[in-house]
Amino acid sequence: MTETPLQILLYLAASVLFVLGLKDLAHPRTAPRGNLLGAVGMLLAVVVTLGFADIVEWRWIATGLVVGTVAGAVSARWVAMTAMPEMVAALNGLGGAASLLVAGAFLRSDDALSTLVATGASGVIGAVTFTGSAVAFVKLREAKWIDRVVAPAHPIATILVALGTLAACVWLARGGGDAAYWTASAGALLLGVMLTTPIGGADMPVVISLLNSYSGLAAAATGFVLGNTLLVVAGSLVGASGIILTRIMCVAMNRSLANVLFGRIAPAGASASADSVYAGKVKSSSPEEVAMLLDGARRVLIVPGYGLAVAQAQHVVRDLAAALEARGATVEFGIHPVAGRMPGHMNVLLAEADVDYSKLKEMDEVNAAMGEVDVALVVGANDVVNPEARTNPQSPIAGMPVIDVDKARTVVVVKRSLSPGFAGIPNPLFAADNCLMLFGDGKKALVELAAALKAA
Amino acid sequence: MTNLLFAAQTSLPTSAQTASADAAHAAAGAPPGLDAHDLALFVTIFALSLLVGVELITKVPPTLHTPLMSGSNAISGITVLGALVAAGGGAGGWATILGTVAVALAMVNVVGGFLVTHRMLKMFRRRA
Repeated sequence: MTETPLQILLYLAASVLFVLGLKDLAHPRTAPRGNLLGAVGMLLAVVVTLGFADIVEWRWIATGLVVGTVAGAVSARWVAMTAMPEMVAALNGLGGAASLLVAGAFLRSDDALSTLVATGASGVIGAVTFTGSAVAFVKLREAKWIDRVVAPAHPIATILVALGTLAACVWLARGGGDAAYWTASAGALLLGVMLTTPIGGADMPVVISLLNSYSGLAAAATGFVLGNTLLVVAGSLVGASGIILTRIMCVAMNRSLANVLFGRIAPAGASASADSVYAGKVKSSSPEEVAMLLDGARRVLIVPGYGLAVAQAQHVVRDLAAALEARGATVEFGIHPVAGRMPGHMNVLLAEADVDYSKLKEMDEVNAAMGEVDVALVVGANDVVNPEARTNPQSPIAGMPVIDVDKARTVVVVKRSLSPGFAGIPNPLFAADNCLMLFGDGKKALVELAAALKAA
Repeated sequence: MTNLLFAAQTSLPTSAQTASADAAHAAAGAPPGLDAHDLALFVTIFALSLLVGVELITKVPPTLHTPLMSGSNAISGITVLGALVAAGGGAGGWATILGTVAVALAMVNVVGGFLVTHRMLKMFRRRA
């Protein structure tokens, strides 16, 4: 599959389209064009490949193209926005599987050493991506059977499988051929399951970002196998993207990648007990009282968390924001990087509910202006607004970036109960002097709040 | 298991040799795949593309991180190029089967990725 000079130049054109497409993703206004540029680049790449390669057998190509296109189009059309993390996990996994199969199809045992190494890398990364994404998909669907059927592997077992996979790769590099390749791939398929199973559901945003990166790196490795420049360029662009998103997620959770993948959150021993934090200090409020408070507010910040998405309350919160704006208040949304179940997920959910994207603000931006906020309304978020991250160096979440709603004039927290978030620690915010708790189901409480506001 | 080029040379010698310079390499006695010079160039391309990727992606605002992931996912379906050659090379046997399955999987990635990204990006708008 070595390319002719003209083919390389046409692939360069496709690479440029990918780069320009990603560049356009820098702004919501230009992003749709960027996506289109990427798609045109892909079409060009496919046409060029079919034109230059000596294709003697079209039936199988056509079958694969039709099946894949239909399946892709149908899933893209019907997937719910709340299920986007699962969709991306599935796409990651299929990309990994494709790299695994393609490298396998091109394997010859007398290849140059570099090609054999690339083949092994392509197969192993592709296989880990495939099964790792499958486990992530199941975990994101919150199917409990995965925890019953697949017990988290003992770390020593995982290390043994990893060493076995590595040994099979060495065998492959020394001319082991198909047997070595598929042994390495089988080991890597197992490894993908063993590595992903112990990771908790709350850490899935990191896992799918990382698998996103792997799917790109697997494609780049396949490019080395085939001697195809475009695969290398496109694969490494995606690899870089996944790496950056992984880092952003880790920083937002204040954990190292190693800690997410292999560690556990530190036990909450260093933190005060819930009783001593909350005793007698938590003020419960009513929708009417909060409506009166909001009625006089000029500047309102809404901080949505995972609980908002679970309660499917995006549309209700949009209505509430519209009602506040109709009364002359300025309403903005402060979005923590890990507010949804994948990077940027909460933004998509609010955009779907027709919230203007210019109102979706990043954490740093809202923190800078927190002193001017009259009412901060926290819906379904807990750890990401815990001031202890700032104030208590002994806290398990010490140093984690949080939205400083405690610095707003008044904070209203819509929450079912005082139960802790993923970090398992009490939140002193709930006992703060300027904080009111509005207990109840997120959606129902917001509906009542909007009704009370209209009556006020 | 039969592999692509071996099968191609036995069943369809002429097409295999024009289809792939690897086959020509093999016929000339040189090892197939990238030689040291090409390999160095490929490593160069890889490293520079990673750097370009980092520069581009750090400019993407958090609000678009989900479409970024689905869109870049579609781009990683670029593996379809290799899958097409494997499926259409006329090698028969395993290479064709692996290639065909890979074409289907990669196309789900490509088509699903670009379309779902388009669907999401349409939602990001300013209200008048």
